[in-house]
Amino acid sequence: MPKDSGIGASPKRREDVRFLTGNGNYTDDINVHGQAYVHFLRADVAHATINGLDTSAAEAMPGVVKIFTGDDFAEVGGIPCGWGVTDRHGEPQQEPKHPIIAHGKIRHVGEIVAAVVADSLEQARDAAEAIELDLSDLPAVVNMKSAAEDGATKVHDDLTSNVCYDWVFGNGEDDAMEAAFASAAHVTTLELVNNRLVANPMEPRVAIGEHNKSNDEYTLYTTSQNPHVIRLLMCAFVLGLPEHKVRVVAPDVGGGFGSKIFHYAEEAFCTHAAKACGRAVKWSSTRSEAFISDAHGRDHLTTIDLALDADNNFTALRTRTHANMGAYLSTFSTSVPTYLHGTLMAGNYKTPLIQVNVKSLFTNTVPVDAYRGAGRPEATYSIERVIDKAARELGVDPIALRRQNFVTEFPYETPVALTYDTGDYHGTMDKLEAAADISGFAARRAESEAKGKLRGLGVNCYIEACGIAPSNVVGMLGARAGLYDAATVRVNATGSISVFVGAHSHGQGHETAFPQVVAEMIGIDESMIDIVHGDTGRVPFGMGTYGSRSIAVCGSAMVRATEKIIAKAKKIAAHLLEASDADIELKDGVFTVAGTEKSIDWGSVTLTAYVPANYPLDELEPGLEETAFYDPANFTYPAGAYACEVEIDPETGKVTVERFAAADDFGNIINPMIVDGQVHGGIGQGIGQALLENCVYDEDGQLLSASYMDYAMPRADDVPFYAVDHSSQTPCTHNPLGVKGCGEAGAIGSPPAVVNAVIDALQSGGHDITHIDMPVSPSRVWAAMNG
Amino acid sequence: MYNFEFEQPSTVAEAVAALADEDAQALGGGQTLIPTLKQRLASPSKLVSLAGIAEMKGVSIADGVLTIGGGATHAEVAADACAPLAALAANIGDPAVRNRGTIGGSLANNDPAACYPSAMLALNATIVTNAREIAADDYFQGMFETALDEGEIITGVRINVPDGANYQKFEQPASRFALVGVFVAKTAEGVRVGVTGASEEGAFRWTEAEAALNGSFSADAVPAAPSADGMISDLHGTAAYRAHLVAVLTKRAVAAIG
Ligand SMILES: Cc1cc2nc3c(=O)[nH]c(=O)nc-3n(C[C@H](O)[C@H](O)[C@H](O)COP(=O)(O)OP(=O)(O)OC[C@H]3O[C@@H](n4cnc5c(N)ncnc54)[C@H](O)[C@@H]3O)c2cc1C
Repeated sequence: MPKDSGIGASPKRREDVRFLTGNGNYTDDINVHGQAYVHFLRADVAHATINGLDTSAAEAMPGVVKIFTGDDFAEVGGIPCGWGVTDRHGEPQQEPKHPIIAHGKIRHVGEIVAAVVADSLEQARDAAEAIELDLSDLPAVVNMKSAAEDGATKVHDDLTSNVCYDWVFGNGEDDAMEAAFASAAHVTTLELVNNRLVANPMEPRVAIGEHNKSNDEYTLYTTSQNPHVIRLLMCAFVLGLPEHKVRVVAPDVGGGFGSKIFHYAEEAFCTHAAKACGRAVKWSSTRSEAFISDAHGRDHLTTIDLALDADNNFTALRTRTHANMGAYLSTFSTSVPTYLHGTLMAGNYKTPLIQVNVKSLFTNTVPVDAYRGAGRPEATYSIERVIDKAARELGVDPIALRRQNFVTEFPYETPVALTYDTGDYHGTMDKLEAAADISGFAARRAESEAKGKLRGLGVNCYIEACGIAPSNVVGMLGARAGLYDAATVRVNATGSISVFVGAHSHGQGHETAFPQVVAEMIGIDESMIDIVHGDTGRVPFGMGTYGSRSIAVCGSAMVRATEKIIAKAKKIAAHLLEASDADIELKDGVFTVAGTEKSIDWGSVTLTAYVPANYPLDELEPGLEETAFYDPANFTYPAGAYACEVEIDPETGKVTVERFAAADDFGNIINPMIVDGQVHGGIGQGIGQALLENCVYDEDGQLLSASYMDYAMPRADDVPFYAVDHSSQTPCTHNPLGVKGCGEAGAIGSPPAVVNAVIDALQSGGHDITHIDMPVSPSRVWAAMNG
Repeated sequence: MYNFEFEQPSTVAEAVAALADEDAQALGGGQTLIPTLKQRLASPSKLVSLAGIAEMKGVSIADGVLTIGGGATHAEVAADACAPLAALAANIGDPAVRNRGTIGGSLANNDPAACYPSAMLALNATIVTNAREIAADDYFQGMFETALDEGEIITGVRINVPDGANYQKFEQPASRFALVGVFVAKTAEGVRVGVTGASEEGAFRWTEAEAALNGSFSADAVPAAPSADGMISDLHGTAAYRAHLVAVLTKRAVAAIG
């Protein structure tokens, strides 16, 4: 029987009522009395020296409050990078200054060149047009391979080259790798592109800086996934402000997908400008600005080699990747192709030897950073495409080849530094075979062929690492931030509860799911519990939401804090019932002395905590509020198997996704409906990457796909109804809820399934095609078929 | 947006007078013009809205002649025009675009990927303006170029209802305009094939296919793809691919007409 409340139930998302009725409180809905508006003059060339910048005419324009240039920020810090990667020679990554406003040089289209603050936005735009810029164009560095060559034009003159780092990882020393490949019975090699993407959350970014002259306190309202991290980075590294004087508020946020994790120049600008102008300063990104200023995602060029023995066991895996950093290092940019990608190269398989090489490069393009999945989709795509190619070369069933190489014993230490705590990859694959009706595929293919269409089936597995931790280990690997989270459970006198969480909800449904956990633990109605998030002035220091970490990390902190609440409440109940607290049981919101009829309800206990007339004041503090910080012992490892069926119109090359099935092992599940939704959205984005989305620069560094006229977002009619099964559940062994996280799985697991299906369809039609790069557009398919 | 004056006349004559001002520009449904203004890519001194002009409204069929007001929206065309043209209009953009955008605006703009131009060519339409009547063959003069003079208003379109017609649109994946669109019509003057989206010269008639189809109206009669020379090549498709699609879509349109 499905539960109707608590853990495992699927109550509808309470936050959707306000979102769907237009009552959300987004950053752009906030207006501060007397605010001015900033318009950023952005570079329209990719690479140039700034010889002169004359703002005098613009300053005289109506409504102008103040104009800022790079000179005004020359003395403050640059935007910091949150992860220091050490290269193969033990050297630190090259880390150029990332200025708030370009100073001396422009390094990508969209970089801020000047900021005009005015009474109205139109006045600010008018004045920006009157700014005179004297530029000398420089050759743009766009292509990663040429950026890596000796003598290439440098994006940063003060660095030795465009290489941020050349990183090698894994247990495969060069000699061992050589030997493994030399003795292999079969080697499969694949060169592939993991296409560059623009995150495109529905809500563009907004920032409002406010400064209170009476107490010198600042408030920054911003579209962020992690307000405490933004406050720390901005205060400590950029503006040099005392953290206790700065409050960062991220209210309702309309999607992030990673792009709102990072500290952006506009946030620091608005905070700084509020004091400098003596007025609040507001910026609302247009969609066009978002394309050239939000961090982009992915953008890897990879060569991957898989060695197999005569029995088709994987014996070694080697990858060489060029990863694009863009012009500057965004907050988590350097960790994405390294510790979020290289560490996942074992996949679900017991390959004994693995070597990963990643060269990250500076180019004259928008910075690239985490985007839903961050590194793990890149790893999954490489592994699962090369395995599929190997199966086809060897003439073996792709599912059988995967099964044969699955990790089956846990815990499993991979050659790339992770320890998988649990999993059941065969069990999950069994669920997939059922959900996808793989045995019915032949009949469906025959039907498609009768209509003149090609039909293909693509299957793949994925593993991901969520809830990145523990802080001491990631600290050793270069992380410059902790990766715990925090929750405060505040019980009110009348028994209702506010849970203040460090996680941030920007579409995930935390406001529904988190209370389900506390309600289950105490046995009270979910409607008595609210969570509060997104405000450093209210919630304890938490790390925010990304990497599918919220329930696994912050949820664990919430459980710990709730346990403390229950322990204290039991003491109060014991006092009132004149029993020992060890004998008190809590069930359905009622405290009972074990083995007796003596009981007292939740509300009476909470009231007593705040009206402590009959209370053991000498032993116990009044009140009922507890905080816990939780630093996980390990990552969590959701894993799954996905299947996609496509039809291809051979005349036009158009691919349509006919069926898509997902079997995921997320461990224990709090709200199955929300999990379904997370998987659905992720698959939609994965299909988008596989078939539609592509962020393309021309050789001058101009963004060609700079609007929805050319950047193809997936739409409802591009995707089928999904069959999602998450009944394969091996609970995480090291967090109190046994949960693993589900936010990114769909985006990680789906692109290879789609491309594998396309190749299967084409080969079924007699086409000798082994690979097509994403996005697999009609034009590319047709060219491959007729090449 | 830059500041501009705004006028909403109620007759064509008033609109023509209002457009005589230097840098005045007509505003149809605003689906192309408003985004252009928002990006500050145009700076008309005055916008003259055509939305209040009753004589430019309406879609009617009488005695085998379809008459569409220049101010008729795509939604109105989708509801009231003859079937093939209605189907074309019904698949332009989204409901918001269809309820605002007008046939006059689309034809005046002559976007190389717009749908209507192919239909106008294939249906041998007459473009009616405040000053004259222009045959479709003379009207389209290359990407974003038309026979319209400064300040001239498209007041309507007149079409002889064809014996059979069909529009095949292959959507550009991002914008969902036509990557290539082919409109085939059997008219009193013979078979006509209008192509949009493909050529750097804008919409054109594929006369080779017309000749073949006048001989035998069957999908098999459609000639091999036209030359890729002069076809558009961009992120979404090469010139060769577009040329190929012209032939594929022509066959499909012919097969659909039967
Ligand atoms: C999201 C989206 C999707 C779209 N998809 C498609 C599609 O699939 N296929 C397609 O064909 N089109 C598509 N369009 C374009 C749409 O059809 C527009 O409505 C059309 O191009 C312009 O019509 P309008 O009435 O809005 O003209 P406006 O934007 O008002 O004006 C466009 C130009 O025409 C002039 N003008 C307007 N009316 C007249 C007139 N009566 N006489 C003379 N000049 C005039 C204006 O001065 C201006 O220069 C799409 C548009 C959008 C926004």
